[in-house]
Amino acid sequence: MGRWVGPAGLLVAVAIPFVDASPYTLNVLTTAAIFVMLAAGLNIVVGYCGLLDLGYVAFMAVGAYTSGILSTAFELPLLYTIPAVLVVAVLAALVIGAPTLRLRSDYLAIVTLGFGEIIRITATNLDFTGGPTGIFGIPGIDVGGPAGFYFVCVAVVALAVLGSARLERSRLGRAWMFIREDEDAAEAMGVNTYRVKLLAYVFGAIWGASAGVLFAAHLSAVSPQSFVFLQSALVLMAVVLGGMGSARGVVVGAVVISVVPEVLRDLGAFRYVFFGVVLVVVMVLRPQGLWPVRRREPERVDAPVQEGVRV
Amino acid sequence: MNALLEVRDLGISFGGVKAVDGLTFSVGRGEIVSVIGPNGAGKTSAFNCVTGFYKPSRGRVVLDGSDITGWSPFAVAAAGVARTFQNLRLFPNLTVLDNVRAGMHLRGGQNAFDALLRTPRFKRAERFLTEEAHRWLDFVGYEGPRGGPVRDLPYGRQRQVEIARALAREAPLVLLDEPGAGLNHGEKGALLGLIRRIRDLGRTVVLIEHDMGLVMEVSERVVVLDHGREIADGTPAQVKADPAVVEAYLGREG
Repeated sequence: MGRWVGPAGLLVAVAIPFVDASPYTLNVLTTAAIFVMLAAGLNIVVGYCGLLDLGYVAFMAVGAYTSGILSTAFELPLLYTIPAVLVVAVLAALVIGAPTLRLRSDYLAIVTLGFGEIIRITATNLDFTGGPTGIFGIPGIDVGGPAGFYFVCVAVVALAVLGSARLERSRLGRAWMFIREDEDAAEAMGVNTYRVKLLAYVFGAIWGASAGVLFAAHLSAVSPQSFVFLQSALVLMAVVLGGMGSARGVVVGAVVISVVPEVLRDLGAFRYVFFGVVLVVVMVLRPQGLWPVRRREPERVDAPVQEGVRV
Repeated sequence: MNALLEVRDLGISFGGVKAVDGLTFSVGRGEIVSVIGPNGAGKTSAFNCVTGFYKPSRGRVVLDGSDITGWSPFAVAAAGVARTFQNLRLFPNLTVLDNVRAGMHLRGGQNAFDALLRTPRFKRAERFLTEEAHRWLDFVGYEGPRGGPVRDLPYGRQRQVEIARALAREAPLVLLDEPGAGLNHGEKGALLGLIRRIRDLGRTVVLIEHDMGLVMEVSERVVVLDHGREIADGTPAQVKADPAVVEAYLGREG
């Protein structure tokens, strides 16, 4: 059953616009898809490697601004900005990670919180980022209107989720989890923990910045208000709610976090109160998350090796 | 016999307490050497200096001719030292097999792109790791579940997994920190045989141990520490008869 979960989820995501393709629905769906990508990226950092990052949205900002600035300043199609976005994302990860990843737990969380704010405040005060108003008129990805763009998002996000799940079940992914479980023991096994943690940041940044490009294309504008601390907190909430380190769980968590407030729209101003209560109740009843990792693999070599059993 | 590990005039202190104070000893290739001493004699501190977890304040650690003093733990591991910990340090939420795979981290065989694209190279590397993990679990005589999380196992089995993980490193020098602690009589007997089989693989084994029965039975040489210094070094029989050792353990007569 396990291996059909991903394709089934993808099928549902693709099918919804054929049921309801109103601009409102498509907007909610696209936002949710981008949010799933952010959760998949943060899951690499927090879920796999156990590094609490409270400023993750900074990487999304880096991606959104880089593609927004390049595409408007040089009148480039958005796709052409992607190589530059990836380079800048990796550089941002190294700049933020290099000094901070020698710290452990609480200290790291505080410093990432600071970096998240620094990126936002810098964007607010620089001229080439458009100051507090941000950047407008970013060309979208024109592939048959909002529905077409939604399908592009679903494809990219599906690849991102699959990619993060594949990384988890690899040498690098295991090294991340060794660090999460016991950093000293990981070192004794010959894991260069500093380098491996930096790689978690780099992959997290690539996922986050790519989500930022989709975000810029979706709204055709970026401004500092999109990258406040609350946004980082919401992504982290999606990861915790879904199940830290669980590739499937964080998809569910992200969909819940982004869609439930829309479903509750009729409650008006009270919807966030209700939403908060729902989250507290879920975390009390299921502290391990909605769909936690159940780590199992075949007992013997001669047992048929089933791909995807261990997600 | 040329020495695989040489510790020369090693010293480390914590806030004025000299945990290791001028320790010198060497371990020959293919030997089984026990490091013993009363509680607080500096055995584990010395182990931690050798493996890079502590930075010694003086002295040298030389492995196979190269000076590894002050190297970080992963560099020492890569240079050819595998270890276990006094209090089990497994990866509790990961499977038994993944824990043993950890020992093979340095063998590589794949990169992130192989993993993302699931290349033939990746599949080959993963199959190899799984087979090797099973082989080492068989070697240590492990007979429990392998596909589930290691935290669900009883203590004795967790000890076996930790040794399997250290052996999977394929390092010439294996340091076992109190491998007999918490084991019952039958398990200790099995451990004795296992340590000999590890040596028969061509590895050099250094163990810290409190169980004198085990030490006297398995060791070819015993190094005795007290107050961070070596006070005796010889065969189990020689050490047992050494007055300085008797004094360290039992106190001065009269």
